Amino acid sequence: MTFWLIEGAYLVASALFVMSLYWMNDPRTARRGVGAGVVAMTLAIAGTLLNPGIVNWGWIAGAVAVGFLLGVPLSWVPLTAVPQRTAVSHAFGGLAAGLVGVAKFYLWQGEPESFTAFRTFALVAEVILGFLTFTGSLMAAGKLQEVKWIPQRPVTYPFQNQANIGLLLVAVACGFALVWKPVELAALFPVIVVLALAFGILLIIPIGGADMPTVISLLNSYAGLSAVAMGFVLDNKLLVIAGALDGSSGLILSIIMCRAMNRSFTNVLFGAFGQVQQKAGAAEVRTAKRETPEGAAQILEMASQVVIVPGYGMAVAQAQQRVRELYDELTKRRIEVKFAIHPVAGRMPGHMNVLLAEADIPYDKLVEMDDINPEMPQTDVVLVIGANDVVNPAARHDKASPIFGMPIIDADKARMCLAIKRSMNPGFAGIENELYFADRTYMLFGDAKAVVGDLVKQLAGGSGLH
Amino acid sequence: MPLVGPLLLSAGATEAGPAAFASLLFVFLLATFIGLGVVTRVSRLLHTPLMSLTNAISAIAVVASIVIAGQDHPPVITLLGAIALAASMTNIVSGFLITDRMLKMFKRPGEEKRP
Repeated sequence: MTFWLIEGAYLVASALFVMSLYWMNDPRTARRGVGAGVVAMTLAIAGTLLNPGIVNWGWIAGAVAVGFLLGVPLSWVPLTAVPQRTAVSHAFGGLAAGLVGVAKFYLWQGEPESFTAFRTFALVAEVILGFLTFTGSLMAAGKLQEVKWIPQRPVTYPFQNQANIGLLLVAVACGFALVWKPVELAALFPVIVVLALAFGILLIIPIGGADMPTVISLLNSYAGLSAVAMGFVLDNKLLVIAGALDGSSGLILSIIMCRAMNRSFTNVLFGAFGQVQQKAGAAEVRTAKRETPEGAAQILEMASQVVIVPGYGMAVAQAQQRVRELYDELTKRRIEVKFAIHPVAGRMPGHMNVLLAEADIPYDKLVEMDDINPEMPQTDVVLVIGANDVVNPAARHDKASPIFGMPIIDADKARMCLAIKRSMNPGFAGIENELYFADRTYMLFGDAKAVVGDLVKQLAGGSGLH
Repeated sequence: MPLVGPLLLSAGATEAGPAAFASLLFVFLLATFIGLGVVTRVSRLLHTPLMSLTNAISAIAVVASIVIAGQDHPPVITLLGAIALAASMTNIVSGFLITDRMLKMFKRPGEEKRP
């Protein structure tokens, strides 16, 4: 009876997890997806608690209480910090998988018949994936949070990739030795744990900030796969299903991120992007044209279609609310305003959409790159706020540019382009942006929040009567 | 009887032999295909909430942590299980809460103005 109660709960939970992701296909049903997930998780936990072998209720209650104490505040972080929070929770997921693996390994030492070759193999995979996800995600979170003692820029040294892969191979070799003799060679197990922990750190050190969206997605995938491996160890289908859903989601997001930057996985993981790129050549000194907020406001007023291209710089300057006011001012004048969202705008997949949704921009105005580009030639004014590489036309034609081949938002094809920028310094990847020197581009120098605020003031003060 | 738990956790697996392992491989394969199919349909607007939702879902490790922390084992093992349980619970709580918080922000085209 208990058996069927537990299995029944797990079966319904599996179905609800799938539905939960299915309902995320539309913002209108997405919250239902969260509900389904909560019900599924509650069923899974309740089913597990029916297990007759469970006696340590105090420990369970204590650990659950700690989970709530940590989890509730972690859900209050500002939306700019969501990427770090996500990385931290990948780390927790990896840690849980790793610790369960360790516990199982030492429990089975007392019952060696449990060590079938398959299970030991799965256990080693779980522990390696779990612990490398743990330290790797903590490193990624540190880089995103800009913790002082974690270098932001990629750190490279000779034979780095060879050394890292060598380390992983040693861990895998130890794993195979354990599959062969799990009890006699048990001393190798801590070695695997330490190597996996070290590998996680070393894997992230050479990866720069610009690649963090891809890295977070990949770590998401690893966290899911470690849950799958745990399912194989414990012979539990629910773990395998939920882990596979997470793993495939992370995989898809990583592929989208890689495509959006025209990079391959190997290139992201072993390429150390955003590092040197000292392109020799003192190019001719070009000058960009400046515009004042007054002039820019007039340009915007005369437009009938305006496309705003936001980048992470907008969020750094905390300009979302001003951008919302600008959107209101322009919409009041019956000007069509849309936002062009590049897949890698922000610091994790979909980050920019969440930041703009928080500022009450209706989601039907957030348009994907592929959908907005055909409209660019008919657009009167493009306003670039805190974005840089994603609007650099060099990606289309300059084979020497490190971003060559990356799909971009065609801001240069609009009738006019206004770009807000703090100064003429090149962007994150250290690449000069041709867009700023184009004939139809005018620069607005200053802090994004202040400049957009000035534009709003001009528009509101003038009340459209010129 | 520490063995009762893990046995009950598994669907009819009286032995964890190659057959059980193979059936898990089938489950993994099919679940991955379902995952790929469902996730490619997820609105691009919602990729950040998607990731925090899958975060919470993959905290299903909670099931294994409960069994390890809850059964009668040496204290060190119980402690490992309890830490894993706390970590998974953190992911469940914060994952679902923050996903819902973000999704609430996505206003429909009609209801863009705050009252």
